Amino acid sequence: MRDSGPQDQRAKDRNSAGERPGEVLRAAHLRKRYDGFEAVKGVSFQVEKGECYGLLGPNGAGKTSVIRMIYGFSPLSSGELGVFGLDIRKDWREIRFRIGVCQQENALDPDLTVEENLLIFAGYFKIPSGDARRRSDELLEFFALEGKRRAKVMELSGGLARRLTVARALVNSPQLLILDEPTTGLDPQSRHLLWERLFELRDTGVTQVLTTHYMEEAAFLCNRLMILDHGETLVEGEPEKLIRDYAGESVVEVEGADPELKDFLSRKEVRHEVLDRRTVIYTDDSLGEYIRSRFCTRKCTFRAASLEDVFLRLTGRELRE
Amino acid sequence: MTSRGRFSWLFLRVWYRNLVVYRRIWQVNFLVPLFEPAFYILAFSLGFRNLVGDISYAGMPLTYTQFIAPALIATAVMWNAFFETTYSSFVRMYYQRTYHAMLATPLSIDEIIVAEVVWSGTKACAAAVIMLAVLTSLGFVQFPLGLAGVPLAFLGGLAFGAIGMFFTGIIPTIDMFNLPMFLFITPMFLFSGTFFPVSALPEWAQTVSLAFPLYHLVELIRLVALGSMESSPLFSALYLVAFFLVFLRLSLFAMRRRLIQ
Repeated sequence: MRDSGPQDQRAKDRNSAGERPGEVLRAAHLRKRYDGFEAVKGVSFQVEKGECYGLLGPNGAGKTSVIRMIYGFSPLSSGELGVFGLDIRKDWREIRFRIGVCQQENALDPDLTVEENLLIFAGYFKIPSGDARRRSDELLEFFALEGKRRAKVMELSGGLARRLTVARALVNSPQLLILDEPTTGLDPQSRHLLWERLFELRDTGVTQVLTTHYMEEAAFLCNRLMILDHGETLVEGEPEKLIRDYAGESVVEVEGADPELKDFLSRKEVRHEVLDRRTVIYTDDSLGEYIRSRFCTRKCTFRAASLEDVFLRLTGRELRE
Repeated sequence: MTSRGRFSWLFLRVWYRNLVVYRRIWQVNFLVPLFEPAFYILAFSLGFRNLVGDISYAGMPLTYTQFIAPALIATAVMWNAFFETTYSSFVRMYYQRTYHAMLATPLSIDEIIVAEVVWSGTKACAAAVIMLAVLTSLGFVQFPLGLAGVPLAFLGGLAFGAIGMFFTGIIPTIDMFNLPMFLFITPMFLFSGTFFPVSALPEWAQTVSLAFPLYHLVELIRLVALGSMESSPLFSALYLVAFFLVFLRLSLFAMRRRLIQ
């Protein structure tokens, strides 16, 4: 899937001039202000080569603003942003030659066919037409789009259009792939196919930065991730570690509000949340088992803690929009 | 994005994208300029001629149809280029998000906008070529002098494309194109020496006509179709170049403001 070469070598040379080897992206104190509104308030992170890094957060958290700064669409208000050791403010064009971007909205070209979308896009990267044709054949096969080669983009279903958008982002064999909500609105089949493909790409060394609303997706794809809200970092780390640290081993959800349970939880200082209809308890396996046997008179769920628990605990449960 | 390396030949790739789309429906794109002049010529030579009688232009006695034929080419250039960078470009920018996708590639905003304007000139030029061919074969355009109409049509297309792109850069919704369409293009269409010589107008209106790029394009196309014109060809050509450059700058400024978030 990848043709590396002199560009890789050059990236290494540049990295030796200050960046840590293997570091693909470094963002330091990123800020983004729009008219009277600060969308990103000093976010810092690094992404290593071959890693999949997730940006998670509720709507309006600043994820897309961060993404847009990475590919040089939005100018930074302040802070530093380096990709491949190059400065996005100065070397945006060279950076863009080496990254692939899958934007949130399907911005496929509806005036062109599926195949033309890849070929014309390849032209924007100065890829010679023979190479572009080979590359587009490869991508059509990889994303199971061969049968749709001559189809109009308007005729594609949501899943096919999304696959084509990701395929198009890969037309220049990027070293860094940026995915802004790649699976939003897809059916489970399309989502799983896309996950498999992204996983394969990661294995071949394509570094990825992705935003998503699906915690399952982030847990599956990302080596590390950041949860941000209101433009600020809440936590950063490996998904498993975040789950252990912020949600514990297991979760018991007890329906209703039993005063005796409440009393027990505060006495034992067990982390929990009391919601309208149920109590969510973050605990370990043995204590969970005990709570379940003692307090589960009615409906009760006992399950492993997930990233969604971490997310909801940290960002709160109130609606954002 | 900084100013460094804002413009390169990469803009031709965007121009080529439009060419690919244009070729897909080339039959439609060719039919209009093929038949439109024929209809006008027919209407004016059959219907209007008996009402209007002959006209004197630049000291030459002309039939009304002879007078109007070059103006048909000039107005077609205007409509083609202006439509392309207003409605068509707005759809690409706003509804299809084509520019947004391009801005994730090595292309710069300036390259995209220049490509769109150059494309509008190309499209207008293609229409003019067909019309020139039709009108030459009907005897309304001199040969080979008429060939000079091709670069002139391209230049005129650039001028109209540039101002159209400027409107696209500042207009909030697509319906608002009605304003420049009816308050700028329509009066220009009527008062640029297209359907009657500007000398028929009162003095002040003649001065206003001088500011219209269409007036200068009509004059220049008349020169290459008929062999002479009433004003200075050099001044008219320079006016079109200046008009193009000024509005290209303004449209780049407006588009950067609109697209950089």
